Order: sequence, then C-alpha cells, then structure tokens
Amino acid sequence: MVALGSFLAGMLGSLTGLGGGVVIVPLLTLVFGVDIRYAIGASLVSVIATSSGAAAAYLREGYSNMRVGMFLEVATTVGAVSGAFLAGHLHTSIIAIVFGVVLLYSAYASTQTLADPPGGMPADRIATMLRLDGSYPTEQGPKSYHVRHVPAGFGLMYVAGMLSGLLGIGSGAVKVLAMDQAMKIPFKVSTTTSNFMIGVTAAASAGIYLRRGYIDPGLAMPVMLGVLAGALVGAKILPGAKVRTLRIVFGVVIAALAIEMIFQGVRGKL
Amino acid sequence: MAGADGGAAMGERVDDKRVEIFLGKLLRWGVLLAAVVVFVGGVWFLVKFYGVPQSYKTFRGQPAELRSVPQIVHQAMELRPLGLIQFGLLLLIATPVARVLFSVLGFALERDWMYVVITLLVLALLIYTLTSRSEI
Repeated sequence: MVALGSFLAGMLGSLTGLGGGVVIVPLLTLVFGVDIRYAIGASLVSVIATSSGAAAAYLREGYSNMRVGMFLEVATTVGAVSGAFLAGHLHTSIIAIVFGVVLLYSAYASTQTLADPPGGMPADRIATMLRLDGSYPTEQGPKSYHVRHVPAGFGLMYVAGMLSGLLGIGSGAVKVLAMDQAMKIPFKVSTTTSNFMIGVTAAASAGIYLRRGYIDPGLAMPVMLGVLAGALVGAKILPGAKVRTLRIVFGVVIAALAIEMIFQGVRGKL
Repeated sequence: MAGADGGAAMGERVDDKRVEIFLGKLLRWGVLLAAVVVFVGGVWFLVKFYGVPQSYKTFRGQPAELRSVPQIVHQAMELRPLGLIQFGLLLLIATPVARVLFSVLGFALERDWMYVVITLLVLALLIYTLTSRSEI
C-alpha cells in the first residue's frame, strides 16, 4: 500500500515538476497515520533518490551551472542543518502547520508560468567576483547570462534549505524563487541547477535524521523504491502527457492536503 | 590577446562539461546500487517478517544499531534485513556526498582554488552531519 502510494506520488511529482516529497509526507501522515517524524525521514530519502536519479539526464544537456550550484549549496546545507535541528525541538503540530503553509505556497507557485528574465543586464560585482556568470546552449548557439542579487539569492537559499531540513521536501518552489526571481537566472538553468542541489541539501539533513533515529528502514524501503519507480515511469510518459491539466488537478489536490495538514496540526492530531 | 583568452575560456567550459557528465553518471550508479541493496534487504525483511504488523503511529526512534555509520555497516555485514536496508539508505545518502567530493577534484583540476575551498566547506558539513558523535 505504502509502496503503491509512493509510486503514484513519484509519478505525479516528476510529471508536474513538483517532486514527490510534497505528497509523501501528507500521504503517510494523513492516510496511513504515520508519525510525522518518520514520514519526513522517509520523504528525505526519496528526495535524494529522485533528484540524484534525474541529475544524469539534466547534466548531459549542459544547462546547469556548477559554480552557482556549489556556491548556493553552502547556504542550503547550513539551512538544512538548522532545519533538521528545529525539527528535533519543535512540536509535531507546529511542523504540520508549517508544512501545510509551504504546501499551499507550492500549489500556488506551480500554477504560475515563468518567463525568462530579459537579457542584456549589466554584470553584478559580487557575481563577477565569484565567477557565477555562465552560458547555456540554445538553438541560436550558446547564450550567456549575468547572475544578479547574489546576497538575496543566498539568503533565500538558506530558507529553502531550512524548509527542506524541517519538512523533508526538496523545496523546489523556494529555490526557483531565489534563482529566477532574485538572481535572474534563466529558467532552464535554474531548474536543472536546483535539481542538482536538492540531493546535496537533503543529504545534509538526512544524515542528522539518521543519527537521531528518525529514518525507519521498514518504512523508508517501500517509499524510496516506490517514488523512484514512479519518477522513472513519469519521466517516460512525460512527453505525451497533458501536463497543463495534470498540474491544475495536482495543484487542487495539494491545496486540499495542505488545508487538512493545517487543520490537523491546529487540532494537535499530528 | 582576445583569441588566447577565448581559447582558455573554451577549454575551461569543456572541462566543466566533462566533469558534469562524469558526476551525472556517478549519481545514477549510486542511486541504482542503493536501490538494489534496499530492494534485496526489503525482500528479505518481508520474507522473514511476513504478516507481522508494523506500527509507525507512535514514535519510538530507531535503536542505536540502526543510527550510526559503523553500526549500520556492522549490521549489514551480518546480513540482518533491516541493517541491509539501512545500509542501502546510507549508500543513497552518500551518493550526493561523493558528488561533492568529486567536484572538489574537478575544481582542483581546473585550478579554481576559490571553488575548491567553497566545495570543501560543503563537504566538511556533510561529513560532520553523518559522523559527529554528538546528536544535533
């Protein structure tokens, strides 16, 4: 049952680009009645599996920016450690409520269409110093871009890492906010770079969860295998799928789960 | 010398690309290996404990032997099913760590010392979270 649910979650996650993590935790806690700490531990493991599994395909296309990724990973891993620390000290009801709010935001963000930032912007001093600017392949040959607002992006990435460590999700929505909106990185570069970073971020908090005994092998096993298989199938059928309709349906489902999480959290049931 | 500069930048990009492709493969094999180990451990676990209901409703935390790296390796060596699954999960967690490790080498080959330091920072933090004796 858990494996089947995880399989569906992984498939939906890869089809909609939201990742499986946002569904795994509500699924395990609301449907299967699992303690939220076990659920987050299992979800973190599945996040590492899907992001690392997908990275190979992304990397070959040459969109991701390794320097941007590595530089921002300093922020996300430190954030992940603080998030995991918080997870051990906050009441589970509060974690559930925060989860619900982040879930609502992710559902909202998934309905927004992203436009590439306009080109021809001047170089940023910090970005130049850190050699963050790059280029990516297009049909008209390589196109270069400048990275902007490095401190704001770095700060947002810390938040993204913290949410990832606290809630066991990839927090792709916040990462996109940091890289697209603040740092003005082109969409294709930011999505692939963010995927690259998610695994490392999740590994930082997964280590802490493991040491603390929050990762249960009996539960993580079906979740990890299910999500991984689901993500593979999802990636296979993606080209022919009606992504637009799917996104809307998925957005509604996530919003409903989010409200339920908040409700249960307020009642102190989780 | 604009031409020479352009050539050097090109060379750097090509190296970047080669490193990235290698890292991508590394990640995929790491995940695959971890999945196989978890799967084998999982089948074994199900065969051994078939019909024994598991409860995750109440939080107990894992016993010490499934929490630290040396203990998990030890359990897996003794071929205990849960130890084996946990070892597979450990391999999975180690996969991105290995990626960061190889990125250090990649940046070192390009003589980009600033990024060697940045990457080492990330690596140190990852290793610390996995191996520190005190619980965070």
